[in-house]
Amino acid sequence: MRRLAVIAATAFAIAGCGDDATVSGGGGKPQIVVSAASSMKEALTACAPDFLDATVRLQFAGSDELAAQIRQGVPVDVFAAANTKLPDALAQEGKLGEPVTFATNQLVLAVPADGDVDSLDALQRPGVSLVVGAEGVPVGDYTRAVLARLGPDRSKAILANVRSNEPDVKGIVGKLTQGAADAGFVYASDVKAAGGALRGIELPAALEPTATYGAGVVAAAKQPDAAEAFVDDLLAGGCHDALLAAGFGEP
Amino acid sequence: MSGWFGFLLALALAAALTFLTLPVVAIFAQQPPGDLVSALGEEGALDALWLSLRTTAAAVLLILAVGTPAAYLLATRRFRGRAGLITLIELPLVLPPAVAGIALLAAVGPSTLLGRAAQDAGLQLTLATAGVVVALTFVAAPFYLRQAIAAFEAVDTTLLDASRTLGASPARTFARVAIPTALPGLVAGTALALGRALGEFGATLMFAGSFQGVTQTVPLAIYDRFATDFTAALALSAVLVAVSAAILLSVKLVRGPETVAR
Repeated sequence: MRRLAVIAATAFAIAGCGDDATVSGGGGKPQIVVSAASSMKEALTACAPDFLDATVRLQFAGSDELAAQIRQGVPVDVFAAANTKLPDALAQEGKLGEPVTFATNQLVLAVPADGDVDSLDALQRPGVSLVVGAEGVPVGDYTRAVLARLGPDRSKAILANVRSNEPDVKGIVGKLTQGAADAGFVYASDVKAAGGALRGIELPAALEPTATYGAGVVAAAKQPDAAEAFVDDLLAGGCHDALLAAGFGEP
Repeated sequence: MSGWFGFLLALALAAALTFLTLPVVAIFAQQPPGDLVSALGEEGALDALWLSLRTTAAAVLLILAVGTPAAYLLATRRFRGRAGLITLIELPLVLPPAVAGIALLAAVGPSTLLGRAAQDAGLQLTLATAGVVVALTFVAAPFYLRQAIAAFEAVDTTLLDASRTLGASPARTFARVAIPTALPGLVAGTALALGRALGEFGATLMFAGSFQGVTQTVPLAIYDRFATDFTAALALSAVLVAVSAAILLSVKLVRGPETVAR
């Protein structure tokens, strides 16, 4: 019996399930879990180790998936989304504290470095394969909103060339860098993060391609103070600077 | 088996049962059945079901057509390197789906020689239905091959010899003696491959993408709806549970209770 219990305890320890207990019990730094949109991966991974108030555990996915997890009660301290719609909705439902806008990003048309798509017009050509974010994923919603401003005919012609609706922005980048598609809509920061593998084509300002990012402290946060401090860091601190360095803009 | 030890065994069984059945039961318990049924009426859900059925059927047919003779060869001939070959064939069995997706992109992706050759020949794999079939075949084939090799190995060689002595050609012996005798094992392997192909997620998303009616199979549709429409995700999950249970049950029926352990 005792040996079985030891085996079970060992199994959980190996999986790292004991981390939380050691952090909250000891006198060390608290640990916070930050759910952030995939597009912030490079920037936040760079700045999180320098955050002084807590050890930051980052998890990245499409903002809509992360919001759904928070609705289902997954214990998270900070939610940083690629839009303001999802944080606002969660705040309305009482699942998130007052959201703030902390950064902007530009939606761009991205093509493989050696690709031959060079403009929005080229996307209407038959046979061009386009990869976008799925509906409900911020990058997918921005893409559809921007295309809608082109008028129904052009937007319909472009959307007819969509070959995949990806669950997050990294999926789009992956399809492009692998040469599986001719073009896709991602953020300027993603093109920068891809090194030389992707070329970004800026969209006309009339299409309003600016995405505004919102964040807030999750109502069920276990470490609300440290979470608040991290949101402040996103607003003006190490992580804000890291976002700017990664190609994001001021809100 | 009495006293504290018997109690311990019963406790372990109860824990295993609860842990394994509770999540499956919860799929059906979270929403009234009526909501689940009406969520299936949505066009995208039906597209996903239809696509999953088509691609799974195509993959399993490919696996049966190529896998059965290949397994027969491996089961009936002894040659150097046979064990190594079987291990190689079984490798995708233990590969994580993400690795399978990357491996397929690296082997036949659009930026590879093979992938470009396929494209030039008019066979579009990535972001196309054919790519889904390739991904399903890759991950599901080892499940069938393993079972088929074991089933052919279990066939009494004197039966095959008798067939040959009575004048049947090797091909006829294979078709009329070996396959009927090994049938229960082959059916079980087919069911395992069916189940694995129906559930494929990671390799499909990475290699084929996700597009309604073209590459969005049921598991991808479930993931797509998870954030926006949890009820629809539950409904599709319920369908997969029902289909998987039906597959498992039919295997048990075909094989009979006494041979299930093999």
